[in-house]
Amino acid sequence: MSTTAIDTQVALNGTLNRSASPPRSAGVQVTDYDNRQTVGKITVDNPKMTCREVNVYYGEKHAIKNVSLDIGANEVIAFIGPSGCGKSTFIRCLNRMNDTIPSARVTGLIKLDEDDIHAKEIDVVQLRARVGMVFQKPNPFPKSIYENVAYGPRIHGMVNTKAELDDLVRESLERAGLIKEVEKRMLEPGTSLSGGQQQRLCIARAIAVNPEVILMDEPCSALDPIATAKIEELIDELRENYTIVIVTHSMQQAARVSQRTAYFHLGDLIEIGDTDQIFTNPRHKLTEDYITGRFG
Amino acid sequence: MAISREAHTVKQFDVQLANLRNMVLEMGGLVEDQIKGAIAALDQEDANAAREVIARDRIINGLQIKADEDCVSIIALRQPLGGDLRMIMSLANSVTDLERIGDSAKKIARMTLQMYEGETSQPSAKLLRDVRPMAELASGMLRDCLDALARLDVEKALSIIHNDTELDQEFQSALRRLITYMMEDPRTIGHAINVVFIIKALERIGDHCTNIAEHIVYLVEGKNIQQRRNIDMNTILTLAQDEAESEAKG
Repeated sequence: MSTTAIDTQVALNGTLNRSASPPRSAGVQVTDYDNRQTVGKITVDNPKMTCREVNVYYGEKHAIKNVSLDIGANEVIAFIGPSGCGKSTFIRCLNRMNDTIPSARVTGLIKLDEDDIHAKEIDVVQLRARVGMVFQKPNPFPKSIYENVAYGPRIHGMVNTKAELDDLVRESLERAGLIKEVEKRMLEPGTSLSGGQQQRLCIARAIAVNPEVILMDEPCSALDPIATAKIEELIDELRENYTIVIVTHSMQQAARVSQRTAYFHLGDLIEIGDTDQIFTNPRHKLTEDYITGRFG
Repeated sequence: MAISREAHTVKQFDVQLANLRNMVLEMGGLVEDQIKGAIAALDQEDANAAREVIARDRIINGLQIKADEDCVSIIALRQPLGGDLRMIMSLANSVTDLERIGDSAKKIARMTLQMYEGETSQPSAKLLRDVRPMAELASGMLRDCLDALARLDVEKALSIIHNDTELDQEFQSALRRLITYMMEDPRTIGHAINVVFIIKALERIGDHCTNIAEHIVYLVEGKNIQQRRNIDMNTILTLAQDEAESEAKG
């Protein structure tokens, strides 16, 4: 068995040796469009999530090709890339949202701390409480503002008394920067809020169950610049307590909110690195062409 | 990533970037003419030509303002990233250096006026002996800069940084000679000081060319070599290699 094959085996068995990550070319410049090997450092010192050789198939379509990367604890990492590059598919792997798509098949290793998220003993509902998600379009439940936030903690049995629940709802809304705007209208429907407020309500709902990681799939694309700025400020504050993965089509947004950036192209992870480096001095020609607007 | 030669999806962006770069190169050409004009005026003892050089400096200052405005406007309207961003920053910085080189040419013209209209006697030829070779070195450096900028040629940019050492050495020995003349014959002091200002201006031109060369290296390679000015070229390249290797290991 070749070394690479052994490494792959080790990775897939879950007893991952960190040096077993695929070889990568750091410090070099890739000018060949066809070279799809990831450029940049995929590992971090304190990973919250570890992904190795992740592949996703939708039926015959190979949507994610052998992607390996670490997501550091308390970092904001942005996934960028053109439509159909697989960034949303990949983010959905992180809390097994692809399980809900019958034709989707995911292979490879994804770990949350030391737990393999595909292991038999993992309860997917619990997993999604640990890895929460905020979607592109604000999608509050057709319930009151209070109930939107209270629902999660209640079904997860996180609180014992009404007073505890009240406190938790209040605290979550406060952390989401929404409390001042809604404290006098807690019983009004969540859908009565503005788009930006609804999105912050969804973030409050996600953090109410005390997740460790928050996935955001284009959280601001339906919002105006002021609401966007509020969400970005919120992301920066939330970073103290959570790890955040954000998919965005706005490169300026990725640059503003994230510490690391990963660029996807047709299912390959092309380049990953410090946000500052990716946007000032990318190493792969595909990344350079994408961020400077030279595509096709 | 080296600068991409592909066209932008938004073609107007390519047009704006090309216009900006052409404007900077045009400004560079004018500045080069200014140095030549100032030295010719000095050579031919032509006060009117020196006045023309001083008057033309305004055109260069105007171009600097226009180029700066265009940089700000591109940043605001296009939000450039990657190589485009480095292009804008390098051009904006180079424009500042070009304007300063223009000021140096004006300074030489001023000194020419001072020597041939302000003083009671004419300077002796030996005082001016070092000016011409230094001027040739300095304007050669500027020409190389503009060439390297037009072709995005890193090798050439690095050789300019190397050439600056030669100009600095020329300056030091010219200065020593002038001091000797002044000690030998104190009557030369007035003119000798004017000549010191001229050779200092030429030496400054070399420094600004070095800056521009550094901006070109940053533009193409994304590496900032400004802190390493006193290290020779081989050391710069070795350091860059070491950095890449240690990154590969880490």
